[in-house]
Amino acid sequence: MEFFGLFNYWVFIFLMMAGFYLLLSARNLVKKIVGLNLFQTSVFVFYVSAGKVTGGTVPIQQEGITSYSNPLPHVLILTAIVVGVASTALGLSLILKIKDTYGTMEEDEIDSLDVAT
Amino acid sequence: MAQIIDIVLLVFLCTVAVATVRMRDLFGIAMLFGIFSLLSASVFVVLDAGDVAMTEAAVGAGLTTILMLSTLAATGSRAHPRAVRWKLPLFVVTVTGAALVYATTDMPRFGDPNAPVQTHPVAKHYIETSQEETGIPNMVTPLLASYRGFDTLGETAVVFTAGIGVLALIGRRRKKDGTPVDENHGEDIRAEHHAVVRVVGKILIPAILLYACYIQAHGDFGPGGGFQAGVVFASGLMLYLLLFGVAAAARVAPFAVLERLIALGLLLYGGIGVLNMMLGGNFLDYRTLAENAKDGLHYGIILIELGVGITVAAVVTTLVFAFADHLQRGPVHRQD
Repeated sequence: MEFFGLFNYWVFIFLMMAGFYLLLSARNLVKKIVGLNLFQTSVFVFYVSAGKVTGGTVPIQQEGITSYSNPLPHVLILTAIVVGVASTALGLSLILKIKDTYGTMEEDEIDSLDVAT
Repeated sequence: MAQIIDIVLLVFLCTVAVATVRMRDLFGIAMLFGIFSLLSASVFVVLDAGDVAMTEAAVGAGLTTILMLSTLAATGSRAHPRAVRWKLPLFVVTVTGAALVYATTDMPRFGDPNAPVQTHPVAKHYIETSQEETGIPNMVTPLLASYRGFDTLGETAVVFTAGIGVLALIGRRRKKDGTPVDENHGEDIRAEHHAVVRVVGKILIPAILLYACYIQAHGDFGPGGGFQAGVVFASGLMLYLLLFGVAAAARVAPFAVLERLIALGLLLYGGIGVLNMMLGGNFLDYRTLAENAKDGLHYGIILIELGVGITVAAVVTTLVFAFADHLQRGPVHRQD
């Protein structure tokens, strides 16, 4: 039980780090955006898991239920998801513009084109 | 039982994350990320977060994937194969991960009812007192629209701004009467030869749109509300666009209308706040809206959720339309 109590958090940290690794190692800009999204989604799951109460239920008032999970993380993450897709779209449209202008979306090629001009 | 489901889902998530990191093909990466999102939506269900799961399923598995795919359709889906730099990133990630794991040893155990996050007076207030104050069964709704109304107003403004940003970057320049300046170079994207998909889609779309209206209206009593309804509604319109093409979709949801709806939702939200001030209360103090404070609160929450729903639906639809339109327009010549 002691082990399981932290196991969830470790998995979320592993997922966050997978996203972080992709963000750092990828040269392709779309891959970086996916890495960022992976990181973001893992933070969401981590955050919501902090509000979970063992034996609790969905925070909707019902007869005969006394233990609810904490609704506060739900509210914060609910809005963050929608903001997340909006900012991802902004990032992707920047990539489209970069591709139109430079003809590539590889980070190092863009750098070398910048140096050349 | 919940623990077994939890562990199975977490193992799936890890597998998908590792596969995403190792994958070269960008199309595959986008699809894997969609799977990752759908799995995390299932994790949200296990974690008792119905509202969050609904949003993540519509956004992560639907909209984000489509946006990524339409980006890849325009840019090509193959990352250049070359020596991968992995030593420094792996080092940084390992150190950061180890520090975080070390930090978790001080954290309360998963699901502990005595964790500070559960025993804090604010959490107690939201769960226990909010029932008497608002009389709304779904605790997430008054928390989102009333207790944290300022926060939600800010988030809606961020969604609004991101929508404007995307339009500024890849939207078409238009004349005053709304007709686009640029010509089309490409063909309309539509699934013309997929008869089964079209027929099934035609049956599904009204159901999706109706469901969106239901969760918009039913947010006080069950999982739902403006954000969820907005993204579900937009995914219905997105399906229409995928099946029948940009031109047909633009007839259903004309750009000029969407553009105004983006602003209308946010204006409705802010307008309620100003109205509250004119009625003698604080900004976003809905109790001033009716004789009875509780009724006022209900009216306020319904209107705020409607504002959020309109802006979110309009922004997300605009995003999908703008990407599809950019794709259809074909390669743009540099305008210097």
